[in-house]
Amino acid sequence: MTDTRIRTAPPVIDWATDFDHTDPVWVYNPFPIWEDLRKRCPVAHSDRFNGVYLPTRAEDIHAIAYDTEHFTSRSVVVSTNEPIAVAPIGGAPPITSDPPFHQHARKILLPAFGPKVIEALRPRVVELCHKLIDDMQGRDVVDGAVDYAQNIPPAVIAHMLGLPMEDGDIFRRFIHNTLGNVDAAPEVREAAFGELDYYLDAHIVDHLENPRDDLISFLQNAEIFGNKLSSEHVRGTIALLLIAGIDTTWSAIGASLFHLASTDSDRNRLRNEPELLPTAVEEFLRAYAPVTMARIVKEDVEISGTVLKEGEWCLLPFPAANRDPEAFVDADQFVIDRAENRHAAFGLGIHRCLGSNLARLELSVAVQVWMERFPDFIIEDPSAVTWAPGQVRGPRILPIRVLERS
Amino acid sequence: MNVAIGATKCESLLRFCCRLPERPIMRIVIDAEKCQGHNRCYALAPELVDVDDLGMAQVINGGVVPAGSEDKAHLLVANCPEYAISVVE
Repeated sequence: MTDTRIRTAPPVIDWATDFDHTDPVWVYNPFPIWEDLRKRCPVAHSDRFNGVYLPTRAEDIHAIAYDTEHFTSRSVVVSTNEPIAVAPIGGAPPITSDPPFHQHARKILLPAFGPKVIEALRPRVVELCHKLIDDMQGRDVVDGAVDYAQNIPPAVIAHMLGLPMEDGDIFRRFIHNTLGNVDAAPEVREAAFGELDYYLDAHIVDHLENPRDDLISFLQNAEIFGNKLSSEHVRGTIALLLIAGIDTTWSAIGASLFHLASTDSDRNRLRNEPELLPTAVEEFLRAYAPVTMARIVKEDVEISGTVLKEGEWCLLPFPAANRDPEAFVDADQFVIDRAENRHAAFGLGIHRCLGSNLARLELSVAVQVWMERFPDFIIEDPSAVTWAPGQVRGPRILPIRVLERS
Repeated sequence: MNVAIGATKCESLLRFCCRLPERPIMRIVIDAEKCQGHNRCYALAPELVDVDDLGMAQVINGGVVPAGSEDKAHLLVANCPEYAISVVE
Protein backbone atom coordinates (compact mmCIF):
# COMPACT_ATOMS: atom_id res chain seq x y z
CA MET A 1 0.00 0.00 0.00
CA THR A 2 2.54 2.57 -1.09
CA ASP A 3 1.29 6.13 -1.09
CA THR A 4 1.42 6.90 -4.78
CA ARG A 5 -0.88 9.92 -4.78
CA ILE A 6 0.23 12.96 -6.68
CA ARG A 7 0.26 15.64 -4.04
CA THR A 8 -1.65 18.77 -4.91
CA ALA A 9 -1.63 20.53 -1.52
CA PRO A 10 1.05 23.24 -1.23
CA PRO A 11 3.99 22.54 1.11
CA VAL A 12 3.72 23.82 4.67
CA ILE A 13 5.73 26.96 5.46
CA ASP A 14 4.66 27.59 9.07
CA TRP A 15 3.35 24.67 11.13
CA ALA A 16 1.71 26.99 13.66
CA THR A 17 -0.61 28.66 11.17
CA ASP A 18 -0.78 26.31 8.17
CA PHE A 19 -0.08 22.76 9.38
CA ASP A 20 -1.12 19.73 7.35
CA HIS A 21 -0.98 16.25 8.88
CA THR A 22 -0.84 14.73 5.39
CA ASP A 23 2.25 16.76 4.39
CA PRO A 24 5.24 14.51 3.55
CA VAL A 25 7.42 16.27 6.15
CA TRP A 26 4.91 15.40 8.92
CA VAL A 27 4.36 11.88 7.57
CA TYR A 28 8.10 11.19 7.59
CA ASN A 29 8.85 12.61 11.05
CA PRO A 30 6.20 14.55 13.02
CA PHE A 31 8.09 14.61 16.34
CA PRO A 32 10.18 17.78 15.79
CA ILE A 33 7.05 19.61 14.56
CA TRP A 34 5.18 18.83 17.79
CA GLU A 35 8.20 19.72 19.91
CA ASP A 36 8.50 23.10 18.21
CA LEU A 37 4.77 23.85 18.50
CA ARG A 38 4.59 22.83 22.16
CA LYS A 39 7.09 25.60 22.93
CA ARG A 40 5.78 28.45 20.81
CA CYS A 41 2.15 27.69 19.91
CA PRO A 42 0.60 24.87 21.93
CA VAL A 43 -2.68 25.00 19.97
CA ALA A 44 -1.91 25.49 16.28
CA HIS A 45 -4.48 26.25 13.59
CA SER A 46 -4.69 25.68 9.86
CA ASP A 47 -7.24 26.79 7.28
CA ARG A 48 -6.75 23.52 5.42
CA PHE A 49 -9.59 20.96 5.62
CA ASN A 50 -11.99 23.88 6.17
CA GLY A 51 -10.32 24.75 9.46
CA VAL A 52 -8.52 22.47 11.92
CA TYR A 53 -6.83 22.93 15.31
CA LEU A 54 -3.84 21.01 16.66
CA PRO A 55 -3.09 20.86 20.39
CA THR A 56 0.37 19.43 21.14
CA ARG A 57 0.66 19.48 24.94
CA ALA A 58 -0.46 16.44 26.96
CA GLU A 59 -2.47 18.61 29.33
CA ASP A 60 -4.54 20.15 26.51
CA ILE A 61 -4.97 16.86 24.65
CA HIS A 62 -6.21 15.22 27.84
CA ALA A 63 -8.61 18.09 28.54
CA ILE A 64 -10.15 17.88 25.06
CA ALA A 65 -10.44 14.08 25.22
CA TYR A 66 -12.52 14.44 28.40
CA ASP A 67 -14.59 17.40 27.18
CA THR A 68 -17.68 15.98 25.49
CA GLU A 69 -19.54 19.22 26.15
CA HIS A 70 -17.55 21.40 23.75
CA PHE A 71 -16.39 18.67 21.35
CA THR A 72 -18.39 16.12 19.37
CA SER A 73 -17.12 12.81 17.96
CA ARG A 74 -19.62 12.97 15.08
CA SER A 75 -16.64 12.59 12.76
CA VAL A 76 -13.21 11.44 13.89
CA VAL A 77 -11.27 11.54 10.62
CA VAL A 78 -10.27 15.01 9.40
CA SER A 79 -10.87 15.08 5.67
CA THR A 80 -12.25 17.14 2.84
CA ASN A 81 -15.70 15.72 3.58
CA GLU A 82 -18.24 17.60 5.62
CA PRO A 83 -19.50 14.91 8.00
CA ILE A 84 -23.06 14.03 7.06
CA ALA A 85 -23.91 11.61 9.87
CA VAL A 86 -25.80 13.20 12.71
CA ALA A 87 -24.92 13.21 16.41
CA PRO A 88 -25.41 11.53 18.80
CA ILE A 89 -25.14 8.21 16.89
CA GLY A 90 -22.86 9.10 13.99
CA GLY A 91 -21.87 6.88 11.08
CA ALA A 92 -19.83 4.29 12.98
CA PRO A 93 -21.15 3.89 16.54
CA PRO A 94 -19.84 4.07 19.19
CA ILE A 95 -16.67 5.88 17.99
CA THR A 96 -18.80 8.54 16.26
CA SER A 97 -21.35 8.72 19.09
CA ASP A 98 -21.74 11.33 21.81
CA PRO A 99 -23.22 10.98 25.29
CA PRO A 100 -25.69 9.83 26.39
CA PHE A 101 -26.22 7.46 23.43
CA HIS A 102 -22.52 6.58 23.34
CA GLN A 103 -22.40 4.53 26.54
CA HIS A 104 -25.32 2.33 25.45
CA ALA A 105 -23.77 1.55 22.07
CA ARG A 106 -20.38 0.91 23.70
CA LYS A 107 -21.75 -1.36 26.42
CA ILE A 108 -23.01 -3.78 23.77
CA LEU A 109 -19.47 -4.30 22.50
CA LEU A 110 -17.39 -4.20 25.69
CA PRO A 111 -17.85 -7.87 26.74
CA ALA A 112 -16.55 -9.13 23.38
CA PHE A 113 -13.31 -7.16 23.83
CA GLY A 114 -12.60 -7.78 27.53
CA PRO A 115 -9.11 -9.07 28.39
CA LYS A 116 -10.21 -12.61 29.27
CA VAL A 117 -12.20 -13.10 26.07
CA ILE A 118 -9.36 -11.67 23.98
CA GLU A 119 -6.70 -13.79 25.71
CA ALA A 120 -8.45 -16.88 24.32
CA LEU A 121 -7.36 -15.74 20.84
CA ARG A 122 -3.66 -15.99 21.75
CA PRO A 123 -2.99 -19.49 20.27
CA ARG A 124 -4.58 -18.41 16.99
CA VAL A 125 -2.38 -15.28 16.81
CA VAL A 126 0.77 -17.25 17.70
CA GLU A 127 0.02 -19.79 14.97
CA LEU A 128 -0.68 -17.03 12.44
CA CYS A 129 2.61 -15.23 13.18
CA HIS A 130 4.62 -18.45 12.86
CA LYS A 131 2.89 -19.22 9.56
CA LEU A 132 3.78 -15.76 8.19
CA ILE A 133 7.42 -16.30 9.15
CA ASP A 134 7.40 -19.82 7.68
CA ASP A 135 6.29 -18.20 4.41
CA MET A 136 9.44 -16.01 4.43
CA GLN A 137 11.70 -19.06 4.42
CA GLY A 138 14.80 -18.77 2.24
CA ARG A 139 14.72 -14.97 2.01
CA ASP A 140 17.41 -12.83 3.60
CA VAL A 141 15.50 -9.62 3.03
CA VAL A 142 11.84 -9.50 4.03
CA ASP A 143 9.33 -6.70 4.46
CA GLY A 144 8.29 -6.34 8.09
CA ALA A 145 5.20 -4.41 7.06
CA VAL A 146 4.07 -6.12 3.85
CA ASP A 147 5.04 -9.72 4.65
CA TYR A 148 4.23 -9.61 8.36
CA ALA A 149 2.53 -6.69 10.18
CA GLN A 150 -0.18 -5.92 7.63
CA ASN A 151 -1.38 -9.55 7.58
CA ILE A 152 -1.92 -10.09 11.30
CA PRO A 153 -4.85 -7.82 12.26
CA PRO A 154 -7.00 -8.51 9.13
CA ALA A 155 -6.91 -12.26 9.75
CA VAL A 156 -7.84 -11.83 13.42
CA ILE A 157 -10.67 -9.33 12.91
CA ALA A 158 -12.03 -11.32 9.94
CA HIS A 159 -12.24 -14.33 12.26
CA MET A 160 -13.98 -12.31 14.97
CA LEU A 161 -16.47 -10.63 12.63
CA GLY A 162 -17.12 -13.68 10.46
CA LEU A 163 -15.72 -12.30 7.19
CA PRO A 164 -13.58 -14.30 4.74
CA MET A 165 -9.98 -14.52 5.97
CA GLU A 166 -8.71 -14.19 2.39
CA ASP A 167 -10.26 -10.71 1.99
CA GLY A 168 -7.27 -8.94 3.58
CA ASP A 169 -6.46 -7.06 0.36
CA ILE A 170 -10.05 -5.80 0.15
CA PHE A 171 -9.92 -4.59 3.79
CA ARG A 172 -6.64 -2.79 3.19
CA ARG A 173 -8.09 -1.03 0.15
CA PHE A 174 -11.05 0.17 2.24
CA ILE A 175 -8.66 1.45 4.86
CA HIS A 176 -6.55 3.29 2.34
CA ASN A 177 -9.67 4.93 0.91
CA THR A 178 -11.21 5.93 4.23
CA LEU A 179 -8.19 6.75 6.42
CA GLY A 180 -5.26 7.28 4.06
CA ASN A 181 -6.82 9.15 1.19
CA VAL A 182 -8.24 11.99 3.30
CA ASP A 183 -7.37 14.80 0.91
CA ALA A 184 -9.13 13.17 -2.06
CA ALA A 185 -12.12 14.95 -3.55
CA PRO A 186 -15.36 14.46 -1.58
CA GLU A 187 -16.98 12.48 -4.41
CA VAL A 188 -14.03 10.08 -4.50
CA ARG A 189 -14.42 9.51 -0.75
CA GLU A 190 -18.20 9.08 -1.02
CA ALA A 191 -17.66 6.43 -3.70
CA ALA A 192 -15.17 4.63 -1.44
CA PHE A 193 -17.62 4.54 1.46
CA GLY A 194 -20.27 3.27 -0.97
CA GLU A 195 -18.00 0.40 -1.98
CA LEU A 196 -17.44 -0.52 1.67
CA ASP A 197 -21.20 -0.51 2.37
CA TYR A 198 -21.80 -2.68 -0.70
CA TYR A 199 -19.23 -5.24 0.48
CA LEU A 200 -20.57 -5.31 4.04
CA ASP A 201 -24.23 -5.54 3.00
CA ALA A 202 -23.62 -8.86 1.22
CA HIS A 203 -22.15 -10.31 4.41
CA ILE A 204 -24.86 -8.79 6.57
CA VAL A 205 -27.54 -10.47 4.42
CA ASP A 206 -25.64 -13.76 4.50
CA HIS A 207 -25.44 -13.62 8.30
CA LEU A 208 -29.18 -12.90 8.56
CA GLU A 209 -29.86 -16.04 6.53
CA ASN A 210 -27.12 -18.13 8.15
CA PRO A 211 -26.52 -16.89 11.71
CA ARG A 212 -23.30 -18.08 13.35
CA ASP A 213 -21.11 -17.53 16.38
CA ASP A 214 -19.36 -14.31 15.38
CA LEU A 215 -19.60 -10.56 15.95
CA ILE A 216 -21.82 -9.85 12.93
CA SER A 217 -24.49 -12.28 14.14
CA PHE A 218 -24.00 -10.99 17.68
CA LEU A 219 -24.69 -7.41 16.55
CA GLN A 220 -27.74 -8.52 14.58
CA ASN A 221 -29.20 -10.00 17.77
CA ALA A 222 -28.06 -7.23 20.11
CA GLU A 223 -30.60 -4.83 21.60
CA ILE A 224 -30.51 -1.20 22.60
CA PHE A 225 -33.35 0.33 24.65
CA GLY A 226 -35.29 -2.94 24.20
CA ASN A 227 -35.10 -2.91 20.39
CA LYS A 228 -32.83 -4.55 17.86
CA LEU A 229 -30.10 -2.23 16.51
CA SER A 230 -31.01 -0.37 13.33
CA SER A 231 -29.43 -1.76 10.16
CA GLU A 232 -27.36 1.46 9.86
CA HIS A 233 -26.09 0.94 13.40
CA VAL A 234 -25.14 -2.70 12.69
CA ARG A 235 -23.39 -1.81 9.45
CA GLY A 236 -21.65 1.25 10.94
CA THR A 237 -20.31 -0.78 13.86
CA ILE A 238 -19.07 -3.57 11.59
CA ALA A 239 -17.32 -0.96 9.43
CA LEU A 240 -15.77 0.54 12.57
CA LEU A 241 -14.50 -2.82 13.89
CA LEU A 242 -13.11 -3.71 10.48
CA ILE A 243 -11.38 -0.41 9.78
CA ALA A 244 -10.27 0.57 13.29
CA GLY A 245 -8.95 -2.91 14.07
CA ILE A 246 -6.56 -3.23 11.16
CA ASP A 247 -4.18 -0.44 10.18
CA THR A 248 -3.84 0.77 13.76
CA THR A 249 -2.36 -2.51 15.02
CA TRP A 250 -0.56 -3.12 11.74
CA SER A 251 1.10 0.28 12.29
CA ALA A 252 2.01 -0.51 15.90
CA ILE A 253 3.58 -3.85 14.94
CA GLY A 254 5.47 -2.30 12.03
CA ALA A 255 6.74 0.64 14.10
CA SER A 256 7.93 -1.74 16.82
CA LEU A 257 9.88 -3.82 14.30
CA PHE A 258 11.23 -0.59 12.79
CA HIS A 259 12.49 0.49 16.21
CA LEU A 260 14.08 -2.87 17.01
CA ALA A 261 15.66 -3.17 13.56
CA SER A 262 17.17 0.31 13.81
CA THR A 263 18.23 0.23 17.48
CA ASP A 264 20.89 -2.41 18.24
CA SER A 265 20.87 -1.87 22.01
CA ASP A 266 17.11 -2.39 22.42
CA ARG A 267 17.04 -5.35 20.03
CA ASN A 268 19.87 -7.07 21.89
CA ARG A 269 18.34 -6.29 25.26
CA LEU A 270 14.96 -7.77 24.32
CA ARG A 271 16.70 -10.78 22.85
CA ASN A 272 18.68 -11.40 26.03
CA GLU A 273 15.88 -10.42 28.43
CA PRO A 274 12.61 -11.58 26.82
CA GLU A 275 10.87 -10.98 30.16
CA LEU A 276 11.02 -7.26 29.27
CA LEU A 277 8.34 -7.77 26.62
CA PRO A 278 5.43 -6.28 28.65
CA THR A 279 7.23 -2.99 29.40
CA ALA A 280 8.69 -2.94 25.88
CA VAL A 281 5.20 -3.25 24.39
CA GLU A 282 3.86 -0.34 26.46
CA GLU A 283 6.92 1.72 25.46
CA PHE A 284 6.38 0.90 21.76
CA LEU A 285 2.81 2.10 22.25
CA ARG A 286 3.96 5.30 23.95
CA ALA A 287 6.83 6.26 21.67
CA TYR A 288 5.21 5.15 18.40
CA ALA A 289 1.50 5.55 19.21
CA PRO A 290 -0.10 5.18 15.79
CA VAL A 291 -3.44 6.89 16.30
CA THR A 292 -4.33 10.58 16.21
CA MET A 293 -8.05 11.03 16.83
CA ALA A 294 -10.18 14.03 15.93
CA ARG A 295 -13.22 15.91 17.17
CA ILE A 296 -15.41 18.70 15.84
CA VAL A 297 -15.76 21.79 18.02
CA LYS A 298 -19.39 21.84 19.20
CA GLU A 299 -19.25 25.18 21.02
CA ASP A 300 -16.55 27.85 21.09
CA VAL A 301 -14.08 26.98 23.83
CA GLU A 302 -10.74 28.36 25.02
CA ILE A 303 -7.82 25.94 25.34
CA SER A 304 -4.49 27.34 26.58
CA GLY A 305 -5.32 30.85 25.39
CA THR A 306 -6.65 29.89 21.95
CA VAL A 307 -10.38 30.08 21.22
CA LEU A 308 -11.45 27.05 19.22
CA LYS A 309 -14.33 27.99 16.92
CA GLU A 310 -17.52 25.98 16.61
CA GLY A 311 -17.72 23.78 13.51
CA GLU A 312 -13.97 23.41 12.94
CA TRP A 313 -12.01 20.21 13.33
CA CYS A 314 -9.65 19.51 16.21
CA LEU A 315 -6.98 16.85 15.91
CA LEU A 316 -6.25 14.88 19.08
CA PRO A 317 -2.63 13.75 18.61
CA PHE A 318 -2.21 11.20 21.39
CA PRO A 319 1.26 10.42 19.93
CA ALA A 320 2.23 14.05 20.69
CA ALA A 321 0.83 13.79 24.25
CA ASN A 322 3.02 10.70 24.71
CA ARG A 323 6.14 12.70 23.80
CA ASP A 324 5.44 15.71 26.02
CA PRO A 325 8.35 16.23 28.46
CA GLU A 326 5.86 17.70 30.96
CA ALA A 327 4.15 14.30 31.13
CA PHE A 328 7.08 11.87 30.78
CA VAL A 329 10.65 11.72 32.00
CA ASP A 330 12.97 11.41 28.98
CA ALA A 331 9.92 11.72 26.74
CA ASP A 332 12.00 11.57 23.57
CA GLN A 333 13.97 8.50 24.67
CA PHE A 334 12.82 4.94 24.14
CA VAL A 335 13.17 3.31 27.57
CA ILE A 336 12.55 -0.40 27.12
CA ASP A 337 12.01 -1.07 30.84
CA ARG A 338 10.07 2.13 31.62
CA ALA A 339 8.20 1.14 34.79
CA GLU A 340 5.84 4.12 35.01
CA ASN A 341 4.11 4.64 31.71
CA ARG A 342 0.74 6.37 31.67
CA HIS A 343 0.71 6.59 27.88
CA ALA A 344 -2.43 7.58 26.01
CA ALA A 345 -1.90 5.43 22.90
CA PHE A 346 -5.43 4.07 23.25
CA GLY A 347 -6.94 7.48 23.97
CA LEU A 348 -8.47 8.71 27.20
CA GLY A 349 -11.96 9.03 28.59
CA ILE A 350 -15.17 7.50 27.30
CA HIS A 351 -13.77 6.73 23.84
CA ARG A 352 -10.83 4.62 25.07
CA CYS A 353 -9.98 2.25 22.22
CA LEU A 354 -12.47 -0.61 22.46
CA GLY A 355 -9.97 -3.02 20.93
CA SER A 356 -7.02 -2.13 23.15
CA ASN A 357 -6.75 -5.64 24.63
CA LEU A 358 -6.81 -7.16 21.16
CA ALA A 359 -4.21 -4.68 19.90
CA ARG A 360 -1.96 -5.38 22.88
CA LEU A 361 -2.27 -9.14 22.36
CA GLU A 362 -1.48 -8.92 18.64
CA LEU A 363 1.46 -6.56 19.19
CA SER A 364 2.94 -8.68 22.01
CA VAL A 365 2.63 -11.94 20.11
CA ALA A 366 3.88 -10.42 16.84
CA VAL A 367 7.04 -9.04 18.49
CA GLN A 368 7.61 -12.16 20.60
CA VAL A 369 7.32 -14.61 17.68
CA TRP A 370 9.43 -12.38 15.41
CA MET A 371 12.20 -12.18 18.03
CA GLU A 372 12.08 -15.94 18.58
CA ARG A 373 12.37 -16.73 14.89
CA PHE A 374 14.58 -13.79 13.83
CA PRO A 375 16.76 -13.01 16.87
CA ASP A 376 18.89 -10.55 14.88
CA PHE A 377 17.87 -8.23 12.07
CA ILE A 378 18.50 -4.72 10.74
CA ILE A 379 16.86 -2.25 8.39
CA GLU A 380 18.01 -3.16 4.89
CA ASP A 381 17.60 0.27 3.35
CA PRO A 382 16.50 3.16 5.60
CA SER A 383 15.64 5.33 2.59
CA ALA A 384 13.15 2.72 1.35
CA VAL A 385 11.01 2.84 4.51
CA THR A 386 7.68 4.62 3.96
CA TRP A 387 5.12 5.77 6.54
CA ALA A 388 1.33 5.93 6.21
CA PRO A 389 -0.10 9.42 5.79
CA GLY A 390 -3.01 10.74 7.85
CA GLN A 391 -4.18 10.00 11.37
CA VAL A 392 -2.77 6.47 11.62
CA ARG A 393 1.01 6.42 11.41
CA GLY A 394 3.12 3.34 10.85
CA PRO A 395 5.54 1.89 8.30
CA ARG A 396 4.01 0.64 5.06
CA ILE A 397 7.28 -0.46 3.41
CA LEU A 398 9.87 -1.84 5.83
CA PRO A 399 12.72 -3.81 4.24
CA ILE A 400 14.51 -5.83 6.89
CA ARG A 401 17.64 -7.97 6.52
CA VAL A 402 17.46 -11.10 8.67
CA LEU A 403 20.90 -11.74 10.18
CA GLU A 404 20.03 -14.77 12.24
CA ARG A 405 17.13 -17.22 12.34
CA SER A 406 16.08 -20.02 14.62
CA MET B 1 -2.51 -15.92 46.10
CA ASN B 2 -2.70 -18.62 48.76
CA VAL B 3 0.99 -18.29 49.35
CA ALA B 4 0.59 -14.52 49.78
CA ILE B 5 -2.27 -14.93 52.28
CA GLY B 6 -0.24 -17.57 54.09
CA ALA B 7 2.69 -15.18 54.30
CA THR B 8 0.45 -12.43 55.67
CA LYS B 9 -0.98 -14.71 58.37
CA CYS B 10 2.45 -15.92 59.28
CA GLU B 11 3.69 -12.35 59.51
CA SER B 12 0.72 -11.35 61.72
CA LEU B 13 1.45 -14.23 64.04
CA LEU B 14 5.09 -13.24 64.16
CA ARG B 15 4.19 -9.64 64.93
CA PHE B 16 1.76 -10.75 67.63
CA CYS B 17 4.25 -13.08 69.28
CA CYS B 18 7.16 -10.69 69.07
CA ARG B 19 5.00 -7.64 69.94
CA LEU B 20 6.13 -5.90 66.78
CA PRO B 21 4.16 -2.79 65.77
CA GLU B 22 1.23 -3.58 63.42
CA ARG B 23 1.85 -3.06 59.71
CA PRO B 24 -0.71 -0.57 58.43
CA ILE B 25 -3.25 -2.13 56.05
CA MET B 26 -2.66 -0.91 52.51
CA ARG B 27 -5.67 -0.86 50.20
CA ILE B 28 -6.12 -0.31 46.48
CA VAL B 29 -9.05 1.94 45.65
CA ILE B 30 -10.50 2.12 42.13
CA ASP B 31 -12.63 5.07 41.10
CA ALA B 32 -15.31 3.40 38.96
CA GLU B 33 -16.29 6.79 37.51
CA LYS B 34 -12.79 7.28 36.12
CA CYS B 35 -11.97 3.70 35.06
CA GLN B 36 -12.40 3.30 31.30
CA GLY B 37 -11.22 -0.29 31.08
CA HIS B 38 -7.68 0.22 29.77
CA ASN B 39 -6.83 -2.95 31.77
CA ARG B 40 -3.26 -1.82 32.39
CA CYS B 41 -3.68 -2.73 36.07
CA TYR B 42 -5.09 -6.18 35.32
CA ALA B 43 -2.25 -6.83 32.87
CA LEU B 44 0.35 -5.77 35.46
CA ALA B 45 -1.05 -7.55 38.51
CA PRO B 46 -4.01 -9.89 38.03
CA GLU B 47 -3.36 -11.01 41.61
CA LEU B 48 -4.33 -7.52 42.86
CA VAL B 49 -7.01 -6.40 40.37
CA ASP B 50 -9.68 -8.33 38.47
CA VAL B 51 -11.97 -7.14 35.66
CA ASP B 52 -15.73 -7.48 35.29
CA ASP B 53 -17.58 -8.60 32.14
CA LEU B 54 -17.31 -5.10 30.68
CA GLY B 55 -13.54 -5.06 31.27
CA MET B 56 -13.74 -2.56 34.14
CA ALA B 57 -11.26 -2.95 37.00
CA GLN B 58 -12.44 -4.47 40.29
CA VAL B 59 -10.40 -4.78 43.48
CA ILE B 60 -9.77 -8.23 44.91
CA ASN B 61 -10.31 -8.96 48.62
CA GLY B 62 -11.57 -5.45 49.34
CA GLY B 63 -8.44 -4.02 47.78
CA VAL B 64 -6.21 -5.22 50.63
CA VAL B 65 -2.61 -5.43 49.41
CA PRO B 66 -0.82 -8.53 50.67
CA ALA B 67 2.49 -7.93 52.45
CA GLY B 68 5.28 -7.78 49.91
CA SER B 69 3.05 -6.44 47.09
CA GLU B 70 3.21 -2.78 48.12
CA ASP B 71 5.55 -1.79 45.29
CA LYS B 72 3.30 -3.55 42.79
CA ALA B 73 0.32 -1.60 44.13
CA HIS B 74 2.17 1.69 43.62
CA LEU B 75 3.08 0.55 40.10
CA LEU B 76 -0.62 0.12 39.29
CA VAL B 77 -1.25 3.70 40.39
CA ALA B 78 1.59 4.97 38.22
CA ASN B 79 0.40 3.19 35.10
CA CYS B 80 -3.29 4.04 35.08
CA PRO B 81 -3.83 6.45 32.18
CA GLU B 82 -7.08 7.71 33.73
CA TYR B 83 -5.69 8.33 37.24
CA ALA B 84 -8.45 6.00 38.48
CA ILE B 85 -6.34 4.04 40.99
CA SER B 86 -5.08 5.15 44.36
CA VAL B 87 -3.53 3.46 47.35
CA VAL B 88 -4.64 4.28 50.89
CA GLU B 89 -3.10 3.21 54.19
